[in-house]
Amino acid sequence: MPRMNMVQAINLALKQEMARDDSVIVMGEDVGRDGGVFRVTEGLLEKFGPERVMDTPLSESGIVGTAIGMAAYGLKPVAEIQFMGFIYPALDQIFSHASRLRSRSRGRYNCPLVVRTPYGAGIRAPEIHSESTEALFCHMPGIKVVVPSTPSTAKGLLISAIRDPDPVVFLESTRVYRQIKEDVDEEEYAVPLGKARIARAGKEVTLVAWGSMLHRCLKATEGMDAEVIDLMTLSPFDEETLYKSAKKTGRVVIVHEAPKTCGVGGEISASLAEDAMLYLKAPIMRVTGYDAVIPLPKLEDYYMPTVGRIKKAVGEVMKY
Amino acid sequence: MPENTIESYNIKRLDILNEKGEADEALMPPLSDEQIKEIYELLVLCRTFDHRALNLQREGRIGTYASILGQEASQVASAFALEKADWAFPSFREMGVYIARGYPPYMLFQYWSGDERGLKTPEDLNVFPVCIPVGTHLPHASGAAMAAKYRKDKVASAVYFGDGGTSEGDFHEALNFAGVFKAPVIFVCQNNQWAISVPRERQTAAKTLAQKAVAYGFEGIQVDGNDVFAVYKATKDAVDKAKNGEGPTLIECYTYRMSDHTTADDASRYRQKEEIEKWKEKDPILRLELFMEKKGMLTDEYRNKVGEDAKKKVDEAVKTAESVEPPQPPDMIKFTYEEPTERQQRELRDF
Repeated sequence: MPRMNMVQAINLALKQEMARDDSVIVMGEDVGRDGGVFRVTEGLLEKFGPERVMDTPLSESGIVGTAIGMAAYGLKPVAEIQFMGFIYPALDQIFSHASRLRSRSRGRYNCPLVVRTPYGAGIRAPEIHSESTEALFCHMPGIKVVVPSTPSTAKGLLISAIRDPDPVVFLESTRVYRQIKEDVDEEEYAVPLGKARIARAGKEVTLVAWGSMLHRCLKATEGMDAEVIDLMTLSPFDEETLYKSAKKTGRVVIVHEAPKTCGVGGEISASLAEDAMLYLKAPIMRVTGYDAVIPLPKLEDYYMPTVGRIKKAVGEVMKY
Repeated sequence: MPENTIESYNIKRLDILNEKGEADEALMPPLSDEQIKEIYELLVLCRTFDHRALNLQREGRIGTYASILGQEASQVASAFALEKADWAFPSFREMGVYIARGYPPYMLFQYWSGDERGLKTPEDLNVFPVCIPVGTHLPHASGAAMAAKYRKDKVASAVYFGDGGTSEGDFHEALNFAGVFKAPVIFVCQNNQWAISVPRERQTAAKTLAQKAVAYGFEGIQVDGNDVFAVYKATKDAVDKAKNGEGPTLIECYTYRMSDHTTADDASRYRQKEEIEKWKEKDPILRLELFMEKKGMLTDEYRNKVGEDAKKKVDEAVKTAESVEPPQPPDMIKFTYEEPTERQQRELRDF
């Protein structure tokens, strides 16, 4: 198996899905000639032509809005928003239409749309280039939210997202893009949405994370009997895997780089409190970004949960 | 260094049928007597539907309703110019578009009574469900048109919105995409002069709405929106153009909202009676009747029959809508995703 980083794995997923199904098209700012600002769509224009790899105007609401029309017509658009912080002009389209078209038309129309966007801090970028606002999307019924943490899962999850009949917001960690290389199967394969992955099995404490934070959790618990869960799909999330793990370990730490208040960690914590309270030995802890505007590069390392902060939280729950 | 004019534009206005029922024969679109009668019958059906909807709202039998009174020609004649395979993207004041496209009227009453099932478009029609957020459906029409073009289908999209909608950002983004990708889409703007209480002059300082197309690199035309022939001709030309690969068109139907914004509104708070009286003379149905009378197409017998048939159809639609079994609570969950999530499956047990 060839070794790939996440950029290459996602690129391969796009190529394979486009080759398999001519209803799959790619659109967005700079996705064609430039191959995307992170080069995720590199080579697609040459292989599939400008009718299927569309450089669009600089127009996020227009990108998602037209993609919704294409999806309803029967195509499977994969729309790229250049950075997650630029997605806000398209929220109206995602919230008022993509998420509701199936419901509004009682199933006559659906919206098999994937909105891919790089998220997260840690690449020394200007303001609005480091957002991690996944919770906004998780709060809106009708949308699925997927965040891969590794190249091989990214490939399989994107293939599932493209084949899914409902809209999927697919968040790609800019930090992870080139940070990790691993063996990626060249064959097509799908990693199912809605299922978490046990990145490392363990018995003493459960850590729940996604995207870039998964790797910090693995690092923070090296040498420990800790179970690290890669949530992968944030909405709808795999309650069963979380519940089983919490029941087994009795201790749960949730880690995300988004701010704490109303973050996805709050939802997971509340769900476990409802369903697994009697098995818990310690309070559920969250290690998150601060309730602050994500700072510019000089302070961003202080903003994101560090291995040290995660270790500290794990140490706290291990006291019980 | 000289200073030159590098581009200049003309905006056309099309009028064919005047208030006296006189038509400009040179501009008349090639409609047969049968087609003209069909349009007339649709106009009467739409007005009858609208009148009944207002009454039903007053009686508490449907919820808030947005009347189309005065705008029937803009809606019916433009939709009439579409072919069966074309896609329509209406906003919320477009019952004339739905009816002219062959949407079952009972489903429209069902929708306005608060039942989503009324928006489940029949399989043989391509009409999008009612779009409430103003102007946000325009990109969908551009996108569907881009998809049709990619598939090499001879299919156009028509999207309906008002003067207020032209102030929204999505108006810009949708027209811009349509222009850049030469999408086969027709933007049908019904300039009915009022966005609730805000007059057309507060939406834009531009002289016309049609001229906005110029900035996106395609043609815009203003037509008398109460003139079925002008609306039909402009739309038919735009549809033909779109299907010939010549891109989008913006049509400004210059018309008037004779009614309140919705049944929840009282337009007497912000506009003068005289203005409404003036527009009554421009009524789209009245002038078509005058035209048909002159042509010997409108006998008393025919006119009565059209009125009675419309009443009968609307009566039946109301009866059907009110006899439909109420929706079941699980329905509100079942259509969120193709498959309910595990959490939704537990929520479904509440019912």
